[in-house]
Amino acid sequence: MDATATAARPKPTASATLPAGDPKIVAKDVNVYYAEKHALKNVSLDIPERAVMAFIGPSGCGKSTFLRCINRMNDTIASCRVVGSIKIDDQDIYDPSLDVVQLRARVGMVFQKPNPFPKSIYENIAYGPRIHGLARSKAELDEIVEQALRKASLWNEVKDRLQDTGTGLSGGQQQRLCIARAIAVSPEVILMDEPCSALDPIATAKIEELIDELRQNFTIVIVTHSMQQAARVSQRTAFFHLGVIVETGPTERIFTSPNDKRTQDYITGRFG
Amino acid sequence: MTLIYLLGLVLVAAGAYVVGRQKGVTFAMAGGASRMHSLPSYHGAYLAVSAIAPMLLWFILWLVFAHRVVEWGGMSALPADLAPADGLAYASRLREILLVADGVQTNEVAPGVRAAGETYALWRGLSEWTLLIVGLGLALIGFAWGARQLEPQFRARNGVERFVKVLLIACSAVAVLTTVGIVFSVLFETLRFFAKYPWYDFLFGLQWSPQTAIRADQVGASGTFGAVPLFAGTTLIMLIAMSVAGPIGLFAAIFMAEYASPRVRGIVKPVLEVLAGVPTVVFGFFAALTVAPFIRSTGEALGLNVASESALAAGLVMGVMIIPFVSSLSDDVINAVPQSLRDGSYGMGATKSETIKKVILPAALPGIVSAFMLAISRAVGETMIVVMAAGLAGNLTFNPLEAVTTVTVQIKTLLVGDQEFDSAKTLSAFALGFVLFFFTLVLNFIALRIVQRYREQYD
Ligand SMILES: Nc1ncnc2c1ncn2[C@@H]1O[C@H](COP(=O)(O)OP(=O)(O)O)[C@@H](O)[C@H]1O
Ligand SMILES: [Mg+2]
Repeated sequence: MDATATAARPKPTASATLPAGDPKIVAKDVNVYYAEKHALKNVSLDIPERAVMAFIGPSGCGKSTFLRCINRMNDTIASCRVVGSIKIDDQDIYDPSLDVVQLRARVGMVFQKPNPFPKSIYENIAYGPRIHGLARSKAELDEIVEQALRKASLWNEVKDRLQDTGTGLSGGQQQRLCIARAIAVSPEVILMDEPCSALDPIATAKIEELIDELRQNFTIVIVTHSMQQAARVSQRTAFFHLGVIVETGPTERIFTSPNDKRTQDYITGRFG
Repeated sequence: MTLIYLLGLVLVAAGAYVVGRQKGVTFAMAGGASRMHSLPSYHGAYLAVSAIAPMLLWFILWLVFAHRVVEWGGMSALPADLAPADGLAYASRLREILLVADGVQTNEVAPGVRAAGETYALWRGLSEWTLLIVGLGLALIGFAWGARQLEPQFRARNGVERFVKVLLIACSAVAVLTTVGIVFSVLFETLRFFAKYPWYDFLFGLQWSPQTAIRADQVGASGTFGAVPLFAGTTLIMLIAMSVAGPIGLFAAIFMAEYASPRVRGIVKPVLEVLAGVPTVVFGFFAALTVAPFIRSTGEALGLNVASESALAAGLVMGVMIIPFVSSLSDDVINAVPQSLRDGSYGMGATKSETIKKVILPAALPGIVSAFMLAISRAVGETMIVVMAAGLAGNLTFNPLEAVTTVTVQIKTLLVGDQEFDSAKTLSAFALGFVLFFFTLVLNFIALRIVQRYREQYD
């Protein structure tokens, strides 16, 4: 799967078929508190494997909070407390015996603002494989770096300047670099928190194409404030409001015939 | 009189401000505030500035030149036979004249000097009245000039802005000129020293014994000023100090920035910074009375030969002293590394120490380096601890258990006590000072460059 093939693909549509089978991630009665503040209330959700799940909702409703529960990034916030259960492949990720470091290698994350390390492009990608010991030789590492960059359709743009610093790329390229960095450790799940909110429309379209491409190999969860984006890239959508999930279902149905009045109001732009 | 003048300055400013503001208010009442360019208070400020700016300039001119004129007046009133022949005589004659002018000791001086003293007093009185009268006159002219300009459309606000700018430039100029002045005065004395003593013997000579004899037949009649032992001693102590302060300071910074809870950090950081406020003489005390004896007894127990004053004692204590310079600044730069980089690394499954080692420290490295540079310049410039704990002996050695001396200590030793002002011994202190200054300058320059590179990284 190389970049030219990606570029030639037709625009992704929301009507892509939903995969059958067991969900990849199962969340049950998740509650999150920031000190006294109750940010998520009894959230339960199934996330299907090898598909794109979108979280939409007004800002401050807890989308990022829930996303960060899935790779336990909330552990890095001292005031944050999570109760409830989240299982990935039937394994409880809040089990005390679970190794957070390994969990995060299985569940990669792409952030709102591109955050490449102030290192070379090559070193940015090689970072994960190095700390997890995925490559036995330099040649193997080179191969991992190239494959990750290809999957993120960035290879053709940077192959001649792998030693240049990653922060020197354009915003869209930086974000694809961050996606490549996450891919490089072969995660099963990729979490994206408003990955296009700092990008221009052209860079956004590229990332959306890329997401559609990636769903063949990865389970993707994306937070977005753009309903068009959710409609374009996702197969399932969950609508968050004031710390609860109001409604969840196939993207097409959520956008054409929502069951809940609040969802209806939100997607028709009555609040947000 | 100058006090009265300055008081007058304040009064003139206040008065002009009130008048200008009043005028502004009148404009506003007459035509509506919307048609005025500047607020009434700017009219006031503009008028105040117009009045006092010439007063200030005149005051500075007067400060620089008036006393010379008065002095010249007094001296030229001396009869020809009392006129001083050289600089030394001039100074003592001037002293006499001043005494007369101040009304002290009037009976024991020659009548010619007394007359000159009276002339001096007269001129001095005149000059003070000139200050006052010309100053007020200038203020009046400035006030009139400013007042004529005031009208509703007058851009008083922009005028005040210009004045603020000039004031700021003047203040920076004072700071810069002072530095330049110090550098040049040290440089000139250094050149005078090199006229008496060859510079290569100074820079590369291996023996330092600045004791110049009073009589030519004494032993060691002329001093030797080979500064290498001092440079070596300075370097040795600096290295010992940095090998204490570097790791401890850096690790403390990492702890504070990455591991400590806000509460712990809130306690540890100020406590560490208190260390920087302890007077160095207290550290010196501690080094000489506690650490040095401890090192000596430990050394003797191990069968080593340790001098009672050692580079190690001074270096260790100095290292403790400069810990806060490393830790506080490093803590700041580590904190300045964006949280998004940490998130990126944790999100990849890196542990905390991996993140610190591979992401945070490389990103903060330039800032950390400049923290080290600052600590080094501090160590190199430190005098008291070394005087008290490392001794005065100019040994050329890299053995930390021996007594050594440093550049700053020698400068202090050379200049303490009664000295002839142009002996090689005294002048050599300036040469040492110049070398020290040059070294610190280079360090600062390097640090600055590194910091600039660091800034570019996040843009
Ligand atoms: N680190 C934090 N500390 C305290 N409160 C937080 C923190 N992060 C988020 N919150 C609160 O939790 C709620 C949900 O936030 P978030 O998940 O970021 O919303 P969203 O991503 O949907 O805009 C908000 O009210 C927010 O103020
Ligand atoms: Mg968010």
